[in-house]
Amino acid sequence: MAESTTATAHGSHDGDGVTKRDFLTLVAGAGAAVGAGAMAWPLIDSMNPSKDVLALSSIEVDLKPIQAGQAITTMWRGKPVFVRNRTAEEIKAAQAEAKGLADPATDAERVKPGKEQWLVVVGICTHLGCVPVGNRPSDQRGEYGGWFCPCHGSQYDTSGRVRHGPAPANLPVPPYAFLSDTKIKIG
Amino acid sequence: MAGLHKSDFENPVINWIDTRLPIFTMLQKEYGVFPTPKNFNYFWNFGALAMVTLMIMIATGIFLAMNYTAHTSMAFDSVQRIMRDVNYGWLIRYVHANGASMFFLVTYIHIFRGMYYGSYKAPRELLWILGVVILLIMMATAFFGYVLPWGQMSYWGATVITNLFSAIPIVGEPIVTWLWGGFSVANPTLNRFFSLHYLLPFVLIGIVFLHVAALHVTGSNNPLGIDVKGPQDTLPFHPYYTVKDSVGLCLFLAIFAFFVFFAPNFFGAADNEIPANPLVTPAEIVPEWYLLPFYAILRSVPSKLGGVLMMFGSIGLLFVVPWLDTSPVRSCKFRPVYRWFLGLLVIACVVLGAVGAHRPEGIWVLLGRLGTIYYFLHFLVILPVVGKLERPLPLPESISKPVLPRGGGPLPAGAAAKPMEKA
Amino acid sequence: MMRWVSLAAAAALVSSLAVSAPVQAQETSLPRQNWSFAGPFGTFDRAAAQRGFQVYKEVCSTCHSMKLAYFRDLEGIGLSEEQIKAVAASVTLPDIGDDGAPIERPGLPADHFRSPFANEKAARAANNGAAPPDLSLIIKARDGGADYLYALLTGFSTAPATMKMGDGMNYNKYFAGNQIGMVAPLSEGRVEYADGTPASVNQMAKDVTTFLAYISEPETEMRKALGVKVVLFFLLMTGVTYAVKRKVWADVDH
Repeated sequence: MAESTTATAHGSHDGDGVTKRDFLTLVAGAGAAVGAGAMAWPLIDSMNPSKDVLALSSIEVDLKPIQAGQAITTMWRGKPVFVRNRTAEEIKAAQAEAKGLADPATDAERVKPGKEQWLVVVGICTHLGCVPVGNRPSDQRGEYGGWFCPCHGSQYDTSGRVRHGPAPANLPVPPYAFLSDTKIKIG
Repeated sequence: MAGLHKSDFENPVINWIDTRLPIFTMLQKEYGVFPTPKNFNYFWNFGALAMVTLMIMIATGIFLAMNYTAHTSMAFDSVQRIMRDVNYGWLIRYVHANGASMFFLVTYIHIFRGMYYGSYKAPRELLWILGVVILLIMMATAFFGYVLPWGQMSYWGATVITNLFSAIPIVGEPIVTWLWGGFSVANPTLNRFFSLHYLLPFVLIGIVFLHVAALHVTGSNNPLGIDVKGPQDTLPFHPYYTVKDSVGLCLFLAIFAFFVFFAPNFFGAADNEIPANPLVTPAEIVPEWYLLPFYAILRSVPSKLGGVLMMFGSIGLLFVVPWLDTSPVRSCKFRPVYRWFLGLLVIACVVLGAVGAHRPEGIWVLLGRLGTIYYFLHFLVILPVVGKLERPLPLPESISKPVLPRGGGPLPAGAAAKPMEKA
Repeated sequence: MMRWVSLAAAAALVSSLAVSAPVQAQETSLPRQNWSFAGPFGTFDRAAAQRGFQVYKEVCSTCHSMKLAYFRDLEGIGLSEEQIKAVAASVTLPDIGDDGAPIERPGLPADHFRSPFANEKAARAANNGAAPPDLSLIIKARDGGADYLYALLTGFSTAPATMKMGDGMNYNKYFAGNQIGMVAPLSEGRVEYADGTPASVNQMAKDVTTFLAYISEPETEMRKALGVKVVLFFLLMTGVTYAVKRKVWADVDH
């Protein structure tokens, strides 16, 4: 049968102009493409985070040792996370209306209601991934009292919002929940 | 079935092989008697120098890999073991590390030579495009390689560069996570970079082969930029250019060796002698010198996505250079206006290199923007417009009969000593 | 014209090289010292390096590790096999005994130098939050290298009245930011040299820098000795190939 199709395919078209051979070629081609894609996917996906990496995707943090005005760095998914115990002044500064933000957000959106003293942010500058300084009171904190990125001079306020410099976005707030008044779970 | 090849080689072993697989005939044709313009100057050495450097890099890299451990907890120490305990390990590593700089050095000179003499123009467009592909693969390979010693600059360089992809809207973040194999640069990242660093040089060999194959289809350009008119304009590649390349190669290797033995860390960063620490950012993250101009372009644009696009655009632009140049003349020798602009481009690239090495503040911000503007202006406006407006100088009739004021007739023997002056 | 462009390219190269190296230029310029190991023929002054090892052992090693170095590396500063064995045996190192319990045993020449702290966190905790850096590569790991280390070791003084110092921080003219966690480690007569050299602060700083320069780059002497031969070889070959080239091209009208 295949031979007869081949024979006719060269010369005349039968019926609507599509031969059985054209159709089969198309099916085979599509099948090959699907097959190649399906074979490529495991290879591509093998480069995505593996189970052992994903297993470390949540951590618990004890808030008790963090003094007012200080912050600690903890590691979450290989990234530093800042947990800051904000002073009343810092909270006030953060809640004050800020104009001209590169990435507009209110302080209320960035903390948990009733827990305004605690600010939790991923400590990676949104510009090019450096770790800003400012966790210790002796660190340089920039004009806005939050964090200062030593790489390219981005400055963050006490809500972790970018106020100056090349960074395009605020320090992201990771997903977290209070397990008790003195313990949070990040991730 | 095709018949056996009729080989002219007298050596029976070579003849036997050549009859069945005519590689010797091919070598003889492509590298022995290959007709090559007789008027090359020493700038035509740099392609061969780049090829030799690639071989040196692959050879040293294979032996380094025998002692290197691609794991975050051991990579730094394994490199130091190579430096301290492996016999001649320090030599192999320093040749490899400085070889990267040498490779870019000769390649950049090779590229500017191509631009000065119009080697990218028809019919050599594809040859040029393959060259740009080689440059891109070199950059990727160099970047992966720089991460492997797992020092502070390795780690933070990798972080900054991979983060560039996060500027892509929507898919940016998943792409970066995929590149990392996690949520930051970490062990999976180091492992895959090692794998790719080992792979890409062999891809490079493939593209270099095509680059050379394309060259042998069109034939070489030459300092006059005019076509070869006949056998009187050419010389067999061997021995004329094998020996000329050897002169340049020996001098190049002397310079290379000077860096390896007497200033091995000249191109390096002190911070990379400190093991990678994800919690401590170095005061300044600076890429290797050969990437500085592109880094400067990235930082000169105030928007993150814009900066990334401009940076990749600055290399992408090179692909279309053959079509941006509208001049009917190849060599800048006969382009009295454009050659000054090409000089300006060299200066702009140097300035951008300097900008990339400094904090983006004060005068450096301005210089970075000026350099970036000139870079793009050069390719997008000056190259097409000057080509149309410029009146080229009269071209010589042929390579062997130049109609230049001081070029006519046989040159004194001493002229061979200073071919660059002649050009 | 190509000459002009090549000049520009050469200038380009030189200046880009010049800018790539001293990126993190010191705020205070470093005084240059004459080092025995500098220059293309430099070798380590063995006596200075041995005195420097004494300074390292008696002063630095109480806080600083030197993880990458082995006792056997001391051969390079002129210690005999017996001396190295004695040095190694004078420290005890943690190991696992035959019964599987942790034990302490005397060091061997094949052992690494012992680190003063079990890990980085312990080092940090014991030192006011700033872990003392490892010294294995200290000369390579700081811009300015040996000159920087010497300047740092001799750069301690009382802070200017205008400067507000952090708790437990010390003023040092050459440290970035001028506040360093390390207390001035060297003082007149801090060690007693066996060879009778007066142990001034400058002398000790110079000696320990020489020692650490050796530890940072133990291959230095071999590298330079080989380098002279290799560079001369290639220069010679440049001359030879150039002569061949002249001969080959002699009959070409070009």
